[in-house]
Amino acid sequence: MRIVCPHCGERPVEEFTALGAADVRRPEGSTAMQDWIDYVYFRENAFGTHRELFYHGGGCRQWLVVERDTRSHAVVRAVPARHFHSAKVKA
Amino acid sequence: MRYSIFSLIKEAVRGNGGWKPAWRDAQPKAEYDAIIVGGGGHGLSTAYYLAKEHGITNVAVLEKNTIGSGNVGRNTTIIRSNYLLPGNTAFYEFSLKLWEGLEQDINYNAMVSQRGVLNLYHSDAQRDAYVRRGNAMHMNGADAELLDRDAIRAMAPYLDFDNARFPIKGGLLQRRGGSVRHDAVAWGYARAADTRGVDIIQHCEVTGIRIENGQVRGVETNRGFIGARKIGLAAAGNSSRVAAMAGIRLPIESHVLQAFVSEGVKPLIDTVITFGAGHFYISQSDKGGLVFGGDIDGYNSYAQRGSLATVENVMEEGIAMIPMLGRIRVLRSWGGIMDMSMDGSPIITTTHIDGLYLNCGWCYGGFKATPASGWCFAHTIARNEPHALNSAFRLDRFATGHLIDEKGQGPTPNLH
Repeated sequence: MRIVCPHCGERPVEEFTALGAADVRRPEGSTAMQDWIDYVYFRENAFGTHRELFYHGGGCRQWLVVERDTRSHAVVRAVPARHFHSAKVKA
Repeated sequence: MRYSIFSLIKEAVRGNGGWKPAWRDAQPKAEYDAIIVGGGGHGLSTAYYLAKEHGITNVAVLEKNTIGSGNVGRNTTIIRSNYLLPGNTAFYEFSLKLWEGLEQDINYNAMVSQRGVLNLYHSDAQRDAYVRRGNAMHMNGADAELLDRDAIRAMAPYLDFDNARFPIKGGLLQRRGGSVRHDAVAWGYARAADTRGVDIIQHCEVTGIRIENGQVRGVETNRGFIGARKIGLAAAGNSSRVAAMAGIRLPIESHVLQAFVSEGVKPLIDTVITFGAGHFYISQSDKGGLVFGGDIDGYNSYAQRGSLATVENVMEEGIAMIPMLGRIRVLRSWGGIMDMSMDGSPIITTTHIDGLYLNCGWCYGGFKATPASGWCFAHTIARNEPHALNSAFRLDRFATGHLIDEKGQGPTPNLH
């Protein structure tokens, strides 16, 4: 698997560390226990398009959101994580 | 047909013309008392114990491919019960006891070989952790021995004892652990279940679960609707997809785990050895191939193949432990899809939907659990409540905080 890093270009997957699902958001302000249980433990586990956080430790040392097909490992795109979360990039 | 030395001799002298297929390739009926989704080791053993222990024989096992084509045929065949935490220890020890009597029970040669499982330690701290683990095993009736460096040198002189970074200081040995011919487990359970009347239906993919007023009624499949008021899901790897058909979200991510086999060589490794400074495990099959594996790739995947970076990492670990592996050629590698749960432990449970039961979240420890998983799941389905052995494997433990986190990693599925 190769990921096209927005800063470094196409790089092999061993330069990256996967953290997990990028769509998971802290339920800020919620006091409902179920919201927090869902946030910490329950996952979509998509069969197909999946967005997850990768850290490019072997390159730019930036966090990325990589959109990928979990059936084929085909990488669609990678964007800086801060853009994904702040601008709510519709990926 | 019962397999025995007499049937073997009889068929040998008659030219082996009288062997019958081990199980029927059944066609789906309109209605069953219970349906098991997933014809892997756990699904087939569940069907067998439903028939044997609970007298429920009007059962179908639905498999989208051929039986045994998933993880029961893709693992590294290791059995052991060297667990630390309450909830796990008694369950896995029960599983090991079922393995010990399995072949007589199902009248099938599954090549259960108690050749021992040796976990190496490389530091004083790791020795202390293994002492604790060994004591926990003793308290639950499992066997464990702490071996020093000399005892290990006598067992496996080819290990790199004086590795500059990870010198081998000793190990924890469970002599009753070992390996089993994995395909034979699927075939043996299939045959034994079929003999008791279970229908094994291959190439039958479940596409929906019909629920009316909170009670399951049956499953939609590519071969039409099949009715049942009890449905057990045992589709590890794809558990999230199947459970989603019933509107259930799971604390699971699917990840790919790779395994490897070398070219066949003469008898070399007569036990199972694991590397304590990383994650690497190796044994030798009866055919001579060295069977080994390491960590999962670390990213979500439903593709039954992994990346070369992990292959390289596994090879490096193997050679750090056994330098002579560098001279042996790898014959094949493959991948299987793991249900990586949020605490590294499985789920065998009833659900909020009447008649729907879950068996999932095996991470990469599912093979050794096959007999106990089926036994406990059958109990849960037949009695509509968990047995004491699987009472800790509840789905609501993630809400109540009663997690069983053997490695202490927290909710990070790719690190369990």
